[in-house]
Amino acid sequence: MSDTAIAPKIIKKFLYVNRKAPYGTIYALEALEAVLIGAAFDQDVSLAFLDDGVFQLTKGQNARAIGMKTVSPAFGALGDFGVTRLYVEAESLAERGLTRDDLMIITHDFENGTTGEVPSIIVVDRARMSNVMAEHDIVLTF
Amino acid sequence: MQPTVPAARIEDVDVKISVLVHAAPYTHQAADTAYQFILAAIAKGHAITRVFFYHDGVNIATRLAVPPADDRNIQKCWSVLAAEHGVDLVVCIAAAQRRGILDEGEARRHGKGDGAANLAPGFRIAGLGQLIEMGIQSDRLVVFGA
Repeated sequence: MSDTAIAPKIIKKFLYVNRKAPYGTIYALEALEAVLIGAAFDQDVSLAFLDDGVFQLTKGQNARAIGMKTVSPAFGALGDFGVTRLYVEAESLAERGLTRDDLMIITHDFENGTTGEVPSIIVVDRARMSNVMAEHDIVLTF
Repeated sequence: MQPTVPAARIEDVDVKISVLVHAAPYTHQAADTAYQFILAAIAKGHAITRVFFYHDGVNIATRLAVPPADDRNIQKCWSVLAAEHGVDLVVCIAAAQRRGILDEGEARRHGKGDGAANLAPGFRIAGLGQLIEMGIQSDRLVVFGA
């Protein structure tokens, strides 16, 4: 399979925009698969969560009773794949009665190798989210 | 912040465009809109780097769909597009397997029996790496979602 990058030296900024709840549709699950491949291709990968997508990061998910895979643990492992920025829209949280405390704690290691952990979740307002999108070369919506 | 790759203006001639289709055929107009967008882009002189089908968009690629005679046949539209313009139509292997879209090799590998393959002409099945690669190689990536 020709799954190796032909132009490996080009690194683009990919933003994966998640707009759907973690269950009810397959978008969250299949978006995560695409995120991991983007990271495997050594691209500069970030995620954004808005609208019902903010529910993807809420604490205490367990989808066993509905016969689905619980998707949320995968977000905690993203730092190991070099994915260290998860932008969350403040207005989308507020509109759903959520606060930052309702979200999982997701961290990654310092890039310079020193010990300690850095929060991956960055809560931004709607205007800043617009700028985040403009700063990326590729915006994939899910 | 300066983008790492200079963005091409869409009115420039010969912009390299890649297209990501998430939407199921018939249920969502996006499957038609993506096709019409590509025809318009080609007519304007732009190049289509690749089309990648993901989520329920992979269902566009089944040769077994039989829409009513007075309706458009979405799969055939895309197959003709590939034949006439050489557009690379790639169906995500993981999404396709989940939804029962198989080429001959995959049908054999999963023991589905002779004649089970249903991938329509002009489409090929490959991994998600093809999605990332087309993003790297094109000036614009346009998503047609559901």
